Amino acid sequence: MNHPAHNGSRLKPKHQRLVLIVIALIALIGAGLLAAYALRNQANYFYLPEQMQADPPEVGQAVRLGGMVEQGSLATDPDGVTLRFAVTGNDGSRIPVQFSGIAPDLFVEGSGVVAEGRLAADGTFVADNLLAKHDENYVPRELEGMSQRQVAEVTEETTVGIE
Amino acid sequence: MIAELGHAALWLAAALAALQMASGFLALRAAEGSEIAALVRPSAIVQGALASFSFAMLLWLFAVTDLSVKLVAANSHSLKPLVFKLSGTWGNHEGSMLLWVTVMSLAGALIALIERRLPDRTMNATLGAQGLVALGFYAFLILSSNPFERLPVPAPEGLGLNPLLQDIGLAFHPPTLYMGYVGLSVAFSFAVGALLTRQVTPDFASAMRPWVLGAWVFLTLGIVAGSYWAYYELGWGGWWFWDPVENASLMPWLAATALLHSTSVLASRDALRVWTIMLGVVAFSMSMVGTFLVRSGILTSVHAFAVDPERGTFILILLGLFIGGALLLFALRANTISEGQRFNATSREGALVFNNVMLSAILAIVLLGTLYPLLTEAFDVRVSVGPPYFNPVGAIFAVPMFAIMAIGPLLRWRQDRVERIRPELSLFAALVLVALIGFGIVANVAILPLLGLALGIGLAVASFLPLRGRSLKRVPLATWGMVVAHFGIAVALLGMASESAFSREKLAAIEPGQTTQVGPWSVTLSDVVPVAGPNWTALEGRLSASYDGSEPVALTPQSRRFWAPPQQTTESALSTRWNGQLYAVIGDRSPDGRWQLRLWWKPFVTLIWYGGLLVALGGALALVGRVITDVRRRRIAARIVERRSDREALA
Repeated sequence: MNHPAHNGSRLKPKHQRLVLIVIALIALIGAGLLAAYALRNQANYFYLPEQMQADPPEVGQAVRLGGMVEQGSLATDPDGVTLRFAVTGNDGSRIPVQFSGIAPDLFVEGSGVVAEGRLAADGTFVADNLLAKHDENYVPRELEGMSQRQVAEVTEETTVGIE
Repeated sequence: MIAELGHAALWLAAALAALQMASGFLALRAAEGSEIAALVRPSAIVQGALASFSFAMLLWLFAVTDLSVKLVAANSHSLKPLVFKLSGTWGNHEGSMLLWVTVMSLAGALIALIERRLPDRTMNATLGAQGLVALGFYAFLILSSNPFERLPVPAPEGLGLNPLLQDIGLAFHPPTLYMGYVGLSVAFSFAVGALLTRQVTPDFASAMRPWVLGAWVFLTLGIVAGSYWAYYELGWGGWWFWDPVENASLMPWLAATALLHSTSVLASRDALRVWTIMLGVVAFSMSMVGTFLVRSGILTSVHAFAVDPERGTFILILLGLFIGGALLLFALRANTISEGQRFNATSREGALVFNNVMLSAILAIVLLGTLYPLLTEAFDVRVSVGPPYFNPVGAIFAVPMFAIMAIGPLLRWRQDRVERIRPELSLFAALVLVALIGFGIVANVAILPLLGLALGIGLAVASFLPLRGRSLKRVPLATWGMVVAHFGIAVALLGMASESAFSREKLAAIEPGQTTQVGPWSVTLSDVVPVAGPNWTALEGRLSASYDGSEPVALTPQSRRFWAPPQQTTESALSTRWNGQLYAVIGDRSPDGRWQLRLWWKPFVTLIWYGGLLVALGGALALVGRVITDVRRRRIAARIVERRSDREALA
């Protein structure tokens, strides 16, 4: 298609394709690096109660805490909307949790829970959100890391009739 | 008998997919007009009919609740309303995969029936690729997730369907998403066909474009429906959680958006050939990755029907085969595809390329954020990635993209000068600046919602500028589609920013008779009463809510208890005004007799979904416009041939 007189510029189309590829690569690599950097800072780490006791996260850092709601620990503050309870781990470790809001449907003492929030200076875990088992097939993935006994308990009460 | 018929049809359909694949690829090597090529189109059509028949049989089994079929027994219940029995057909893993292959084979049949633009060899290669992809999914269904499996002893009663999924939204959400995914599989087949025959031409782009447009419209609708479902059904007051399953539908959408635009460039300007092919492969890869994430049980959510590592492995192998194969083919062939038309940086192509790159960058960010928890889990570190990552990092690329999106359509193809559109540019810049100052300094809005509001306002006006100075009656339908879709993005952006900037939340424990305030609303709890539905009982809060002292409206949030399967859900209650929504959830009773209420006032939140619907409408307009133009062109071509033969006959 190119006129022979334009032979000199024939290389240019190839050149433009190269420029496009380089731009796209730079943008993608930039996005990747940015993502890697941000993920290291913004990822929300999961703690078991014993981990939180042994090596607590920084105060105010967004983390998640998963364990069992201790029997007999659940109480409601006089304002009627703030719940206080303790989450226990495998080795008797115990983290007090405070949560303002409407607890998930199947949130009861003795069941597994994942709390999203941050550790306050006084050692209380302030939760913004609670994830309990959602339905009979749904167990928060994190609870899979619990002891055999707890797993058995959770699966027993969370799987009904499904082979 | 019905189940066996369905099962048999499924096997036959798989056999035809194998035939379609073999004949399609063999025809590539065969001589022109060989007999093997004549097999390709008919096998695609018959395969579509058989798969539909198989799916119809499964629908029938669910409609009559045939409890001797394992899938029905595990997912249905005789007391369920009929519409939920039917939607339960695809509310489970096996049924949804059958729906997937049904839609896919119907798409193949449709191409085989109507697509005549492409050279025969390209067409055969395309259908061959489509057969290969379909065959993989048939194998998956038949070998690892047979929907027609019988129980040795019929169950006395079904186990029911997850109550969260017993919702009219579910009747539409998965099918729309699947149509989107499948449309992208068609684009993938076109890309493979074009690569195999090295026919990356504007004709190829025009043949592929309706499929990309259609897929994109369905994906948009699916995402909008899914977002609204999560918003009112989960009772958390949010509309997007960056849940991996949501991301699984967003990623193909981002890729499809990029593909849509580059296909347009290829169709009308014959540029971006290799890039378009690449995006075609990426878009379908994202659909497969999404399916893998959702179906493998690697993620836990309401979407992961059953945890089954075998299935995950199967999908992963399919993913590796299709995508790896396509990328290999791409690497081998990309060099032999000659460069298309050139263009300047300041041109409509330039703007489109820029936004394509931005979309790809956002796609990379979402993909990395979604996969990161899986990666760290390999090292036994458990993390979750949420809005603190996705929102700011995504915005870095989204903000320039929205700015270019406002300007790009004003530029001319190939070559343009910025000076030519200076008035429009100044208008856009002025609007954004005024909004930034107004909301930023006066209303003190946080940075991300502030940028969203400012760009949303600028873009809403700028999206209509391409119509300036044109006779509105003569503007092609496809251009209207672009205008409406871009305006829809602006509207949705405004809704998101407004929700995030101006929402008010109130958590209160009150006794019946007491009143609480949220934003301009005052909400009174009149009573809490027990109510019952077909398969649930509930405690229902009777609220009367008054906006700024006006006539009160009644709201009835519920806390429902289902018995098959036993489960509790919160049913939110919404009151919609033109300027926003009041969102109410009722919680537990505290020991002293007060009820927990959680209330949100969300100004202009509905714009998010109206905007999404406008985007889909824009896509649909463009699709209709393209199809009409195509039909007209075909008719003219047919008439020319007719005249020529008439003339020859006369001569």
